[in-house]
Amino acid sequence: MSHSARRLRYVLKRLIQALPIVLAIVIMNFFLLQMAEGDAVDVLAGEAGSATPEYMAELRAKFGLDQPLPVQLAVYLKNVLTFDLGYSFRHEMPVSQLILDRMIPTMLLMVSTIMLAVGFGVLLGLIAATGLNTWRDTAISIFALITYATPLFWVGLMLIVVFSLNLGWFPTSGMENLTMFYEGWDRVIDIAHHLVLPTITLSLFYLALYTRLMRASMLEQYGQDYVTTARAKGVTERRIIFVHVLRNALLPVVTMAGVQVGALIGGSVIVESVFAWPGLGMLAFEALFARDLNLLLGIFLLSALLVVAVNLVVDIIYSSLDPRIEVG
Amino acid sequence: MHSFWKRFARNRQALFGLAILGCILIMAATAHLFFPTDPFSLAGQSMSPPGQNGFLLGSDSLGRDVAAGIAHGAKTSLLIGLVATLVAVLIGVIMGALAGYYGGIVDDLLMRTTEMFQTIPSFVFAILLVAIMKPSIESIVIAIAVVSWPAVARLVRGEFLSLRNREFVQACHTIGMSDVRIMLGEILPNCLSPIIVIGSLMVATAILIESGLAFLGLGDPNIMSWGFQVGAGRTLLRSAWWVCTFPGIAILLTVLAINLVGEGLNDALNPRLRERS
Repeated sequence: MSHSARRLRYVLKRLIQALPIVLAIVIMNFFLLQMAEGDAVDVLAGEAGSATPEYMAELRAKFGLDQPLPVQLAVYLKNVLTFDLGYSFRHEMPVSQLILDRMIPTMLLMVSTIMLAVGFGVLLGLIAATGLNTWRDTAISIFALITYATPLFWVGLMLIVVFSLNLGWFPTSGMENLTMFYEGWDRVIDIAHHLVLPTITLSLFYLALYTRLMRASMLEQYGQDYVTTARAKGVTERRIIFVHVLRNALLPVVTMAGVQVGALIGGSVIVESVFAWPGLGMLAFEALFARDLNLLLGIFLLSALLVVAVNLVVDIIYSSLDPRIEVG
Repeated sequence: MHSFWKRFARNRQALFGLAILGCILIMAATAHLFFPTDPFSLAGQSMSPPGQNGFLLGSDSLGRDVAAGIAHGAKTSLLIGLVATLVAVLIGVIMGALAGYYGGIVDDLLMRTTEMFQTIPSFVFAILLVAIMKPSIESIVIAIAVVSWPAVARLVRGEFLSLRNREFVQACHTIGMSDVRIMLGEILPNCLSPIIVIGSLMVATAILIESGLAFLGLGDPNIMSWGFQVGAGRTLLRSAWWVCTFPGIAILLTVLAINLVGEGLNDALNPRLRERS
């Protein structure tokens, strides 16, 4: 069988493997949210202050909340298949629309975080590994240990205290300065300016992870036979590090970046709520307290799908980076 | 035991961690002696900076003593971290042992379940669970355990897979030992060290999750915790930086200490790994 056909079969196999997991997540979330006391109608009625039982029953019928559970689940599953994630009673908008609106800020935050964390992690790991047991190595290791143990929300607040309140370098919250009506490049710069502190906060934890991983990975590759061979051929030490070792050492870092996407979504809930960043994490948190079932189900389904998709993509990248990995 | 302690004591970082952890344990144990009143109660002038009006670490907008909150919060963090980890290890060991020992369809089923739990963004899942069950010590422990067990299950499964065909296990089969006895009495003791290591590191993660939940307002409303203190001090950032700062340092030190001890345990219990690096 040709290589590309094998690759295609591998992708299909992984897709089919992922399906039951996604389905199980949908069903489980549905039942979990059913377990919660009170539904959206209770919340709406509570906010209105005066809702007659008749009106509440009418609302329930309108939203289909009076149907038996299996019917509600079946309806939900059917809707998910057609990418109809239902209607948010709270925001009076389709869930898919709400999620799409909030998706871009979260994506922005996550992409910049991954780039910063992987970039600096690789760099710091490289510096630590090439200066093994020197002061650079020790300093980087201590830095990684400490950031690994720091709660994200606390880092965020401390950065606000230092860089926003005292130094005034960065804004305290939000994604852009809406009162200024920036357009074009001014708006891009404004958003980037707001993005700095949330990105640093969210990336610190992962930075520690990637630094340690990169260092260990470099050290492991250093001990391999091909390094000895290269050295015997007279290849310079610099070339060994940057051309031979670095490429091989990067592989575990790539995989890790994929595995961590789920954790990154969790971290973004915290960071988005600290910096009032208008993304999915904030939306999930708002939905939770409004008991907006459809919206929560949508967000959870999406984040699970995202994790599955990213892992799949990483597996494929991984197998093309390293042809030794069997795809069959 | 003696040689274990010698290997552990050789690691200065681990000893340092153990010392910090000891101080925090003493602080938690003596909290009611030094701060006998309820940490939620008004203790004096509100918004006092550290060192003034008899407040070592200042007070918040309601006149609550930050230092008292930290001392009492230590109990909460350590308790939740420990209990949640124990529950998670228990679930993980059961799932991993069954999957690794029996293999086949049991393994497939349990590992698919594990994979599903690993796919769900765990912190978001914990938020969801606590919100559904209403915030309380029990619901927080359950939520943390539910999102933490898959790692243990995978580890234990791997260990059981590699041990189940060893000669000593086959010998047990021959003399007619029951499966449960082989699993608990023969295989499990042989994979205790990695379980202890992963468990100790999980306590640190559990404390971080707990503080995150409490920060978002999902802590037990009747119990003082560090995350709650930071969350409550958020709005005072401009005027009273100390309310957020000190509880955060407490979380940082505790988690750091536990991580150092965990890594020390890893080095001491898995000497083969140590020689390699």
